Amino acid sequence: MNIDFEALKEPTLFDDIVDDLKFLDKPHFELPPNSNPGEFLQHVFEHPSAPKKLEFAHGTTTLAFVYAGGVVVAVDSKSTQGPYVASRSVKKVLEITPTLLGTMAGGAADCSFWERELGKRCRLYELRNKELISVAAASKILANIVYSYKGYGLSMGTMITGWDKTGPCLYYVDNDGTRLKGQRFSVGSGSTYAYGVLDSGYKWDLNDEDAYELGRRAVYHATHRDAFSGGAINVYHVQQSGWKKISTDDCFKLYQKYYDQVPINKPAAN
Amino acid sequence: MDLKLSPFPTLEKQMPIEHGRFEAYVDNGGTVLAVGGPDYCVIAGDTRMSDGGYGIQTRKYTKIFQLTDKCVLATSGMQADTLALQKRLKTMLSHYQKEHGKPMSTPAIAQFLSNTLYYKRFFPYYTFNIVAGIDEKGEGCAWTYDAVGSHERVKYASQGSGNQLVIPLLDNQVAKFNQQIIAGGNVTSQQAVSFVKDAITSAGERDIYTGDYADIVVVDKDGVHWEKFELKLD
Repeated sequence: MNIDFEALKEPTLFDDIVDDLKFLDKPHFELPPNSNPGEFLQHVFEHPSAPKKLEFAHGTTTLAFVYAGGVVVAVDSKSTQGPYVASRSVKKVLEITPTLLGTMAGGAADCSFWERELGKRCRLYELRNKELISVAAASKILANIVYSYKGYGLSMGTMITGWDKTGPCLYYVDNDGTRLKGQRFSVGSGSTYAYGVLDSGYKWDLNDEDAYELGRRAVYHATHRDAFSGGAINVYHVQQSGWKKISTDDCFKLYQKYYDQVPINKPAAN
Repeated sequence: MDLKLSPFPTLEKQMPIEHGRFEAYVDNGGTVLAVGGPDYCVIAGDTRMSDGGYGIQTRKYTKIFQLTDKCVLATSGMQADTLALQKRLKTMLSHYQKEHGKPMSTPAIAQFLSNTLYYKRFFPYYTFNIVAGIDEKGEGCAWTYDAVGSHERVKYASQGSGNQLVIPLLDNQVAKFNQQIIAGGNVTSQQAVSFVKDAITSAGERDIYTGDYADIVVVDKDGVHWEKFELKLD
C-alpha cells in the first residue's frame, strides 16, 4: 500500500507559528503590506479619506571642518515637522562614543536611531579589538547600514568626525550610501548659506577661538536666511583627547551681538 | 496565517497597492499635554474620539495609559494603533519587570518607546506620544515624540489635534518665552493642575476634535492619581 506523504510537505499551522516565534524575541522592522516600503508612506496618504500626512521631525543646518587644531562642529537646534516648529532645543550633535561625534540633518529619528546603533557597534569593536575604532571604519559601518536600506525611504545627511591614529578626521555619510572624506562639509537646508561664510573665512591654521567663531557665524548666517534653521547654535571641538562642548548661544542673542559689527546696519561715515 | 511577524514581506503580502484602495490610517483626533514640575508631573488628555471626519464615535475614550507607578503614556492619533502600541509596551514592560525584579525607570521607558516606534519606521504607528512621569531622582519629566521615534526630554509638551492651540500658551506661561518680567517661584502641583485644565478647556473651545471630558493625571512620589474633568460636549 502506498501512503501519500505529500500533505506533510506543505507548511502547517505549526510551522507558521514556529516561523513567527523565531522573530518574536529579537527586534525587527515591520514592513508595510506591499512590496515597496519606500513608496508606502507617499501612497497611503493619497487616499481621499486619508488623514493628515505624517510629518516627521527634520533637522537642518549642520557643519563641520578640519583645521590645524582638530575639528569644529557647529549646528543649529530647530526641528520642524513641515512648517511647524516642533522644537527649538534639539541636540543635533550626537555623541556616538567619547571620541566620536555625529551630526543630525534630514530625518531626526533616522539619524538618532542609526547613530545610536553605530555607537553600540563602535563600543563592541573596542571591546573585541582592545583599541578605538577609526573614524573611517565607523563611518563605513554607518554607510553600509544605510546602503542596505536603500529604497526604504530613509532620510539622513550626517557627518561623522573624531580623532584617531591618522589625526583629526571628517566623513560625510548620507542616506544614498554616499561616504566622502573631506575638510569642510555643511549639510541641510541652510547648508548653502553656511558654506558661503565658511569657505570665505576658512584657513587651515586658524586658532581655536577663531575656528569656533567661524563655525558659529556660518550657522548663524544660515539661520538668518533659512526659515528651517534657528534656535540656538551649539559648537563642539574634536581634540586628540576626545570631543568637548564649547558653547550654546541663542540665535537672537547672537543677532544682537553681531548687529553693530555688520557694516550695512550703519550709515556710511563721510 | 496572515498574522506574520517576519522581517521581510511574505509572499501573500507582496501584492501591488491598488491605488487609493488601501486605507491604513484614520486620525481619531484628540489633544494630550503634560507639564513637569520639580517633584510631580501633570498630564491631561481629552476623551473624545472622532471618526476622522465630523462624527464622534465615543465621548469616553481615555488617551492616557499607565505604564508604571511613575510613568504614563499619553497618545493621540489613531485609536487602533494606540491600542496596539499600549499592548506591546505593556507586555514588554512586564517582561522587564520579571527579568530585572523592578519596573523600568521613566527615562528608560522613554528610550524604549523611541525604539519601539522606530521598529515601525516603514509602516509607522499613526500615533503622537508623550511619555511623562517622574525620573529616578523624583523630578517631573516629559518626553515628546514624532511618529517614528524622534524624541526629546522637555519641561512641558503637547500633542494631537489641539497642539497648535495649546503649545503657544505653554510656551508663554510655563517656559515664559519672550517675557521681560519673569514671575519667579516654583509652581505647586495644584496650580499646575488648574493651569492644565485651563489649557485643555481652551483647546476644546477652538478644536472640534477636542472635548467631552478630560483625564487629568498627576504623577508624584505617591503614585498616579486620576481625575475626571468636564469639557464642553458640543
